[in-house]
Amino acid sequence: MQGAEVSEAATKPARARAGRPRAVWALPGVLFFAFFAVVPMVLAFYLSFTEWDGLGDPRPVGLDNWKKLIDDPRITQSLWLTFLLTVCSWLFQTVVALLLGVWAAGKQRNRAVLSAIFFTPLLLSSTAVALLFYALLDPNFGIIQKDTLGSSSGAFLAIVFVGGWQFMPLHTLIYQGGARQIPQVLYQAAAIDGAGPLRQFFSITLPQLRHTVTTSSVLIIVGSLTYFETVLILTKGGPGTDTAILPYLMYEAGFKSYDFGYASAIASFLVVTATGLSLLLVRLTGFGTMRSTREGM
Amino acid sequence: MGSHTSIGGRSFSRRWVLGAGATTLLTTGLSACGSSGGSGSGGGTLTAFVYGDDAVKVQQAAVDRFNKSAAAKKAGGTIKLERIPGSDYSPKLRTAMGSPGAPDVFFNWGGGSIKPYVEAGKLIDLTDIIENDEVLKKGFLPSVLAAGDLKGRHYGVPMRGMQPVILFYNKSVFAEHKLTPPTTWDQLLDINAKLKRAGVTPFALGGSDIWPELMWLEYLVDRLGGPEVFRRIQDGDAEGWGDPAVLKAAEMVRDLVDDGAFGSKFTSVSYVNGGAPAVFAKGKAAMHLMGSWEYSTQLGKFPDFAKKDLGWAPFPKIEGGTGDARNVVGNPTNYWSVNARVSNKDAAIAFLKESASREYARDLVANGDVPTTSNAALLLGDAPNPEYARFQYQMVEEAPAFTLSWDQALGDELGTKMHTEISKLFAGKSSPSRFVAACKGLK
Repeated sequence: MQGAEVSEAATKPARARAGRPRAVWALPGVLFFAFFAVVPMVLAFYLSFTEWDGLGDPRPVGLDNWKKLIDDPRITQSLWLTFLLTVCSWLFQTVVALLLGVWAAGKQRNRAVLSAIFFTPLLLSSTAVALLFYALLDPNFGIIQKDTLGSSSGAFLAIVFVGGWQFMPLHTLIYQGGARQIPQVLYQAAAIDGAGPLRQFFSITLPQLRHTVTTSSVLIIVGSLTYFETVLILTKGGPGTDTAILPYLMYEAGFKSYDFGYASAIASFLVVTATGLSLLLVRLTGFGTMRSTREGM
Repeated sequence: MGSHTSIGGRSFSRRWVLGAGATTLLTTGLSACGSSGGSGSGGGTLTAFVYGDDAVKVQQAAVDRFNKSAAAKKAGGTIKLERIPGSDYSPKLRTAMGSPGAPDVFFNWGGGSIKPYVEAGKLIDLTDIIENDEVLKKGFLPSVLAAGDLKGRHYGVPMRGMQPVILFYNKSVFAEHKLTPPTTWDQLLDINAKLKRAGVTPFALGGSDIWPELMWLEYLVDRLGGPEVFRRIQDGDAEGWGDPAVLKAAEMVRDLVDDGAFGSKFTSVSYVNGGAPAVFAKGKAAMHLMGSWEYSTQLGKFPDFAKKDLGWAPFPKIEGGTGDARNVVGNPTNYWSVNARVSNKDAAIAFLKESASREYARDLVANGDVPTTSNAALLLGDAPNPEYARFQYQMVEEAPAFTLSWDQALGDELGTKMHTEISKLFAGKSSPSRFVAACKGLK
C-alpha cells in the first residue's frame, strides 16, 4: 500500500539494499497478483475488442465497443455521477475520519472503548450493510418513512452516506495511527508559544498528516470508483438511471445484458481512470518523492 | 414467485473488490463451477439444471420416479438434478452452456430467454418430436406450449405451474368503501378516485423492482391493441414500439402515476423484500396487480389476509381497445429444453414425458401450483385453495392469447434495457413519447 515506509533509509540506497530481503521472497505475492489481477485484466482488455454473449467464442469487432462507450449517453451521465460520488464521498469521509482519528489518538477517558465501537461497521460485509440500510430506508416500514431511494438526490445521498458509514472506520484508523506518530515536543513547543488547540491542529497536526491524507484519499477515491454492492442493493442504478455509476453499468452490461465485450470496455476504462487518478494524486501531493514530514527536525 | 428473472438477476452475494477485470474473474469462476457441477456426457447420466427454489421438490420427485422407471431402463439413461440457487440461475446457465460442463436438460422461461442458445445452435428443435408423440402433443394446454415458442418452433416442454398476472384486491377495504372489482377501465378510474378521497392508496406497486411496473404496460398494451402489438416487437421489429397502443398505454401509466394511483413512494417500494405485499395486506393499498404467486406469498407472510380478505379478478377491459378482454399476460410456465449435444437423446425425451404425467401434475397441485397439463382441471379440487386454482386455470384455458412477460420474451439484453426505460417512465424521468422513441432505438 502506498502509505508504507517513509524512512530515511530510502534516501541512502547503498546501505538500505544491504538489509533488504531478496526479490525471490516476493515471488508468491507477484504470482498471485499476476494470476488473479493482471491476467484477468489483460483478458478483459482483450474482450473489449470483441463481441461475446458468453456462448461460443468471442468475435473480434475492433474498436466497436470503445466507439459505443464514447457515444453512449449513459456513460456520460454515469461518469458525472461517478465523479460526484467520488467528490462527495471524499469530502464526507475525510472530514469526519480526520477529526475522529485525531481525537481517537488522544488520551481521553473511554477513548479505547469508543474507538472499538467506531470500528465495528468495517467488520460487516458491504452486502450486509446495504441490506440493513435498505430495510431502514423502507418507505412504509423503515425508520425514515420517506421516498428516499425513489428520489434522485435522496438515493444519491443515501449511497454516499452508507458508503461513508461503512468505510469511515478504516480511515479513522489510518488517521489515528498518523496522529500518534506526531512527536509531542511539537505540541509542547506550540503550547509554550501560546498556541491554542485550534491553532495547534491547523499548524501542526494537519501539516504532519499530509501523507496520511494522501494515503487515505487514494483509497477513498479508488474505492469510490469501484463502488458497487451498495448501488446494486439500494437503488439498482435508479430511480431511472440517476445512480447508475460506472461499475454498475459494467455489471448491467455483463451480467444482465450478457454483452461481455462492452462490459469489458467499461471495466478497462475504469482501470485506466483509477490508475491515472491515483498517479495524479501521488504526483500532485508530492507523496511520490518520499520526503519525510519530519525532515529538518 | 421465484421464477421471475428479475428476482433471478439479484446476485449481490459477491464482493467486487477489483472493479478491474471483475468481469473476467467472475466468468472464469462461474465456468469453473459449471464444469465441476455437470457430469455432462459420461455414464448414461444426464444432468438437468433447475431453478433452485421451494418448488424444486416437484422436479426432484419426477427425477426419482423417472430413474426407477422402465422408460429410463429402455433408454439406458438416468437424470441427475442440479439445483442452482435462483439469484444465480441465469448467469450460471449462460456460462455453463459455453463450457464442457453444459447441462443436458435445463429449466428456462421460453421465448427470448432461450433465444441466444437457439441462435448458437445449442438446443434441440422439439417441434417434430412433440408432433409425433401422443403424450407430449396432447399433454399440455396448446396456448402454453405455444407461448414458449421461437418463430413458431417448440424448443421446450412445460414443466411448472402457470403464472398469469391477476388483479388482486383487498375484500375488506372494498367492502368498507362499498366497491366491487372493476370490469372496465372507467370503473377502475372511478374506484381509484373514491379510494383516494377516502385516503387509501388505490394500488400497491413494487416499483424499485421494475418488473411489477412492466405488468401494467403489458396489460394496457394488450387491451388497447391486442397481443399482435407485442408479438411484432418480440419478433424483432423495433418499429413495433411505434404502435399507437404503446404510446396510449404509456400515457395511461403517466396519468395513473400523476394521479397518485400508486401513492407517492412506489419507486422505492420493492416486491422482492416483501414491501409491496405488506402494504397491500395491511390495507394501506386496496389493489395489487401481480403474478399468481401473490397468493402463496401472502399465504406465507399474512395467512389470515390470504384466507379471508384476498380477492382476485381479471384485468379490466378498456373501452375502444381492440384486445380481447380474456387475454392474459405473465409467465405461461417454465420449460425444459434439451442441449443439442445431449449424450443420450432418447433418455432426455423420455424424461420430458414425465412432465405430462398425472403424478407430476398432482405434485404441482399439492405444491399450490396450477399445472399446464390438459388433465389439470380434474385435479384442482385437491389444491390448497381450489376456488383460486380453478379461477386461474379457467382464465388461462379460455384466454385467446397468453403473452409471455416482455422481459422474458425479449431476452436478457433487450429486456434489461427496456426495464431502464420503463423505470424512467414511471419515475417521471421520461415522457410517454420519449419512452416510445427510446424503445424504438433499443437493439
